[in-house]
Amino acid sequence: METLMSVIIGVLFAIGVYLLLAKSLLRIILGTSIIAHGTHLLIITMGGLKSGAPALLGKKAAAFTDPLPQALILTAIVINFALTAFLLVLAYRAYLTLGTDNMEQLRSSKNE
Amino acid sequence: MNNIVVLPLLIPVLTGILLALFRNNVSLQRGFSFFSFFLSGVVSLLLVQQVYNEGIQILEIGGWPAPFGIVLVADMLTALLLVTTSAVSIACILYAFKSIGEQRERYYFYPLFHFLITGVNGAFLTGDLFNLFVCFEVMLFSSYVLLSLGGTRIQLRETIKYILVNTTSSTLFLVAIAYLYAVTGTLNMAHLSVRIAEVGQTGFITNVALLFLIVFSLKAALFLFFWLPGSYSAPPTAIAAIFAALLTKVGIYAIFRTYTLIFYHQPEVTHTLIAVIAALTMILGGIGAVAQRDIRHILVYNVIIGVGFVVSGLAVFTSTAVTGSIYYLIHDIVSKALLFLLGGTIIRIVGTGKLKEISGLIHNHPLLGWMFFINALALAGIPPLSGFIGKVLVIQEGLARGGSNSGFYCLAAVGLLSSLMILYSLMKIFINAFWGETYLSQDMEKGTTRGLLLPCALLTAVIIILGLGVETLYPYVEQAANSMMNPNIYIEAVLREVV
Repeated sequence: METLMSVIIGVLFAIGVYLLLAKSLLRIILGTSIIAHGTHLLIITMGGLKSGAPALLGKKAAAFTDPLPQALILTAIVINFALTAFLLVLAYRAYLTLGTDNMEQLRSSKNE
Repeated sequence: MNNIVVLPLLIPVLTGILLALFRNNVSLQRGFSFFSFFLSGVVSLLLVQQVYNEGIQILEIGGWPAPFGIVLVADMLTALLLVTTSAVSIACILYAFKSIGEQRERYYFYPLFHFLITGVNGAFLTGDLFNLFVCFEVMLFSSYVLLSLGGTRIQLRETIKYILVNTTSSTLFLVAIAYLYAVTGTLNMAHLSVRIAEVGQTGFITNVALLFLIVFSLKAALFLFFWLPGSYSAPPTAIAAIFAALLTKVGIYAIFRTYTLIFYHQPEVTHTLIAVIAALTMILGGIGAVAQRDIRHILVYNVIIGVGFVVSGLAVFTSTAVTGSIYYLIHDIVSKALLFLLGGTIIRIVGTGKLKEISGLIHNHPLLGWMFFINALALAGIPPLSGFIGKVLVIQEGLARGGSNSGFYCLAAVGLLSSLMILYSLMKIFINAFWGETYLSQDMEKGTTRGLLLPCALLTAVIIILGLGVETLYPYVEQAANSMMNPNIYIEAVLREVV
C-alpha cells in the first residue's frame, strides 16, 4: 500500500511541477493545487497507513489509527483551498488589468 | 502556565475581527489600531520582565500537556522580538494614518495589518512545528492581500509572483514536516529535540534539516532572494516598511529556532552551509545595493544584506556570536522599518525614486535628511548607534574562530565588506537626494511630509536609545542567547511534566 501511495505522490508532484513551469497563469494555479494534493497524501502516508480501527477510542483500545496526520491534512486542505480561491480571483483581476495571463509578459518593465 | 503568553496573539486577532465590522468608520479603526498595538507592546514588555525573573513562560493551550497539545513558549528571544514587533507596528500604523489613503483604509487595511501581526507574533510564540506552518500562512495570507490591496498594475503583477514563490515554499515546508513526523513521531519542537538527541542526527534527519533550510531561506530571503526586490518595491510605503522589517525576520527566527534547538548535532554540515550562503547573500545583496540607481531598489537590496549578516552570527555558532546576532536582529527590524519610511517619504516629496531626478532636499527638509543620515550610520555600524554592538560581537567571534577554521576569516571579512557596501549605497542616496542644488521649491512638491516625520522620529529615537542603552539591554540579550545555546533550558521548561 505504501509503495502504491509513493508512486501516486510522485506522479502528482511530477504533474504539478510540469504545470508550474507552464506559461499560462491558469495552468500554474492548477499546478500548485495538484502539488498540494500530493503533499497531503504524503503526510497521511508518512503517518503510517493503518486501517480497521477508528482514530482514538479511550485508553484501553486494542488498536487505533494515528489521528494527528488527519488533523494536519484538514488544516492544510483548508489553507490550500483559501489560497487557490484567492489566487484565481487575483489572476482574473490581473488578466483584466494587465490584459495577459502569459507569465513571459508579466516580467517587470522599467517604465512602471 | 501563564496566560499572558497568549495575549500578543489574541489582542491583534480580536482587534482585527472587530475592526472588520466597522469598515466605514475610519477614525474608530485608527484609534483602535493604535491602542491595540500599544497594548501588545505593554504586554510584551511585561513578558520580557517575567521571563527575565522567572525563566521561560509557557502556556499549554486547552490544558493538554506538552507533547500532545500545542504549547505557546515565550523565551527571551521571543519576548524581545515581540516588543520590537509592537514598536515597529506602532510606527508603521502612524505612518499609514497620513499616507495610505482613505480608499485602502475602507477596504480592510487595518484588519489585514492586525492579522499580519497576529501571524508574526504567533510564529514567534509557538512551540509546535506544524503550528509554526499555520502562523506562517496567517502572516503570508495577510501579506498577499496587503501587497495587492489597491490593485495597481505593478502590484497585481508582483503579487502573483510573490504568491507563487511562497506557496511553493509552503508546500516544501509541509513535505519537510511530513518527513520529520515519519522519523520522530512528534511535532513539538522540544520533544523533537529530545528524540533527535536520543537517536542521533542521522543522514536522513540532516537531509530533512536542509529541506527546512531551503524553506526558511525562501521566506527569509537568505540567498534565495530573487523574489524580494520586485515584490517589496511594489506596495505603498507603510506596507513595504512593515514587510521589510518583519516578514524576512520571521524566516530568520525560524532558522534560529530550528538550528539551535533541533538540528544542532551536525554543525560541520548544516552550519557550514549556512555560513556559505550567509556570505553569498551579503555579497550578492551588496552588489545589488551598490549597482542600483533607484531609491526603492537600493533599499530592498539593503534588506538582503541585513538578512545575510544576522544569519552569519548563527553560522559562527558561539554564545557571544549569537548574542551579537540577536542584537543585530533587533536593530535590523527597527532600522529597516525606518529606512523604508524615510525612503518612502523622499519618494512622496519628489514623486519619483530615480536618484538622478532628486537633489538638494536638505534645504527644505533638514529633519528628514539628518534622520536618514543617522539611520545610514546605524546600519553601517558606527559606534554610538544600535548596529555597532551586533557587528562587533559577530565579527570578533568570527575572527576568534578563524584560528581553527580559516573559512571564518572569510565570513568576517565579508561581514566587514558588506558594512562598507551598505554605507556606500546609503550615502549615495544621501548625497544625491539631500546635497546639491535645490530644484523643488516647497509649493512645487508632489506630497507633504506633514505627520509623516513623527513615526520616523520615534524610530530614530529607538535606534539611538538601543545604541546608548547597550549595557542595560545586555543581560536580557545574553539570557536569550544562553537559552538558545543550551537547548536543555527550553526543553525542561516545555516538557517538565513528562521528562
